[in-house]
Amino acid sequence: MRLKLFGVGSGRLGMLAELGRSGAGSLALPGCLLYTRGGSAPHLTCDTLGEVAGVPPVAQLTLSFMAELHEVLQEYKEGAAKFIGMPDTAVYCSLHDPVAPCPSGYNTNKAASVWGTSGRMEITASKFMDIQRAIQPDWFQCISDGDTISGEVSRKRAKKSVDRSLSFLDVCLQLLEKSPELQGSVMFGAIEGGDVLEERLRSARETAKRPVGGFLLDGFQGSAMAKETKLKLIASVTAELPEDKPRIIHGVGKPDEVLECIERGVDIFESFFPFQVTERGCALVFGYDYHPGPEAAVSKQNGAQELEKNGAEEDQDEIAKADPEMTPFEIFLKDKRYQDDFGPLLEGCSCYCCQRHTRAYLHHLLVTNELLAGVLLMMHNFQHYFSFFGAIRDALRDNKLDQLKKFIFSQALQGPADARTGQ
Amino acid sequence: MAAPTEGPEQARAQAPAPVPAPAPAPAPAPAPLLRVVAKCSRSRARAGELLLPHGAVPCPVFMPVGTRGTAKGITAAQLAALGCRICLGNTYHLGTRPGPELVQRAGGLHGFMGWARNLLTDSGGFQMVSLAALSEVTEGGVRFLSPYGGAELLLSPERSVHIQNALGADIIMQLDDVVSSTTTGPRVEEAMHRSVRWLDRCIAAHRRPSQQSLFAIIQGGLDPALRRRCLEEMTRRDVPGFAIGGLSGGEEKEQFWRMVKLCTDLLPPDKPRYLMGVGYATDLVVCVALGCDMFDCVFPTRTARFGSALVPWGSLQLKSQQFAKDFRPIDERCGCPTCRRHSRAYLHALLRSDPAALHHLTVHNIAYQLELMRAMRDSIVGQRFPDFVRDFVRARYGGPERCPPWARHALEAAGIVLE
Repeated sequence: MRLKLFGVGSGRLGMLAELGRSGAGSLALPGCLLYTRGGSAPHLTCDTLGEVAGVPPVAQLTLSFMAELHEVLQEYKEGAAKFIGMPDTAVYCSLHDPVAPCPSGYNTNKAASVWGTSGRMEITASKFMDIQRAIQPDWFQCISDGDTISGEVSRKRAKKSVDRSLSFLDVCLQLLEKSPELQGSVMFGAIEGGDVLEERLRSARETAKRPVGGFLLDGFQGSAMAKETKLKLIASVTAELPEDKPRIIHGVGKPDEVLECIERGVDIFESFFPFQVTERGCALVFGYDYHPGPEAAVSKQNGAQELEKNGAEEDQDEIAKADPEMTPFEIFLKDKRYQDDFGPLLEGCSCYCCQRHTRAYLHHLLVTNELLAGVLLMMHNFQHYFSFFGAIRDALRDNKLDQLKKFIFSQALQGPADARTGQ
Repeated sequence: MAAPTEGPEQARAQAPAPVPAPAPAPAPAPAPLLRVVAKCSRSRARAGELLLPHGAVPCPVFMPVGTRGTAKGITAAQLAALGCRICLGNTYHLGTRPGPELVQRAGGLHGFMGWARNLLTDSGGFQMVSLAALSEVTEGGVRFLSPYGGAELLLSPERSVHIQNALGADIIMQLDDVVSSTTTGPRVEEAMHRSVRWLDRCIAAHRRPSQQSLFAIIQGGLDPALRRRCLEEMTRRDVPGFAIGGLSGGEEKEQFWRMVKLCTDLLPPDKPRYLMGVGYATDLVVCVALGCDMFDCVFPTRTARFGSALVPWGSLQLKSQQFAKDFRPIDERCGCPTCRRHSRAYLHALLRSDPAALHHLTVHNIAYQLELMRAMRDSIVGQRFPDFVRDFVRARYGGPERCPPWARHALEAAGIVLE
């Protein structure tokens, strides 16, 4: 894995080259991974995933799924990428699934816990490497203690997360050297420390001393940390890291937050956010075409209209309840206003769903609980999200990240889309 | 003047007689729906094509069920890629939500679903009786309580046909008075006669006969006399095709095949025969041998959602632990996208954690059904159908002696001996 940077302006534009065990893959930066559940893009088979444009060349697997398959993979011998049916895709293995909650209080000095379908599994550093040897990922995060995200974290607990993670890292580095199956695999070190600046800096500096392939900014998931603290810590951490190694962050997915992280030196993100949008029956409709001119004014206006459409209509019949987690970047298709809306999910979108289907059809599928709703929404949401990253890279290339950011933030501020009828 | 069909001999024979007045031009006959391409020389199996508005459909054909305008998690593109040329929509579900007016505005069911090939809708009667609260059959139609809001509604033959006209499927079904095949007594006769009367009302109400083929549905339960009577009456009506209804509902298989054979014996050979609700592989093979052309069933798609994959020798319950380390595909000889890319072990693991696994199985099961029909059709065209049947029985049961007796009897009656 080799990081090539084309410029460091308001963000790092570049490429992760020589990716994968074949050394032939590359990931454009800033970029995201393909989120999977059980090794498959959620709701999608190979054929439907194949209809999505811009699918990243790296798929994210989680140890929480893979650990239970340890024995199966050992017998299989040919590695997880082939096992899941993606032999030509590079695979990144994270510890946890970004979408599943991780109960707090289970990590120890010797082991971290992950949760699979059969429940909790305690994993020591050595067992962790055993499992990785069976998975044979192209790239993986080192086991770490990131249990600092639920509520108040004491200094002591923050310090422990750093100490434990460094200790795991050192053990794993030694085992990595002795593992021929993992010769082509790159291990990232996890930077922990909760919301304590001193600990974060210590973690960054110490991790950077080790021969890791890159860095994971961990413990920024969830909403316990105040926004300004989060951003400040991210900036402080990346300032301590070598420029020539990539930085990935877990648990950040909303468009505005992605931009904030990119501005603060983060390169790689997950793509669980479009999955969450899909699960709540929503479609991403935010714009990222910030180009000034009459067209943009219209599209900006359309964007504003989309998000506040028909606010005055009140239903007496069953009011579909939007998920409170819903963001201003989406529309809730189960809402009655879409029942006879024969336009595509998003005007101008070239995805499979928008080319063939209407909001009315998606509304019908959601109301009747049809499985196809998830399939079509996932196709659209993934494609839109991957396109967004393309737009970010374009903006960096044209030195216009500021304008993109302004456009995204103006959409973020309009407030929840279905405020008046959805609740 | 000699009519065009008369040959030179007849013209010469007629020459001395007075010239007959020209016959009035016959009313243009509706184009026949079925073109028979081959007939098995031993059994009653036929291979052909249904000449439908959205493309020709080779038959015998299995039609996947798409209940609410989708084949359960499969996109229209996937369904077309599997070779499906006709699938089903349910009038009851679509007629209630989103309703015929909305579907019509969306360009009919084809436009709404984004399906460019053929569609068949049922009348709504069957689901009504099985799903709706307090349904009551009267001469006017089926009276039921709407599941959304509780208003009392009447599904009459006219209303059913008009909904189906709005949905715009290529083949539509009459509203019939459906009774369970295990019902006995005067209710069965009443339902049969009523179905005939409702057929006439459906024919009269049909607004788009040149675009949509309305099929009659033969009823009569398990009573041969009633079936015969129904066949006599219904075949007197000029409909483009006939369905055999009221079977495949839990009756004894020995009675089932006898009723199917009775119907295929007496139905006109030049029109398609649609056996409703049949989809198990053995049933399909037997009923093709008996002369049926079209089939529908929720079985393959429903069983996929329980983790069951269909194979020539039965089915694999992929959730079972025995598959955890089985690295073979579901069926090594299946060319579907699932079998080309995934192993049983992976599907087993995926089934435990994500709904996507079901889509892989749905794709495979539909591929299995369509491949079975394709292979059957090929063998009929190649005059090898009896051999096909013998191979099928061997693959599924291990040998002719282990074939279920009812299937053996039915095949013998159709002209195929297993040994």
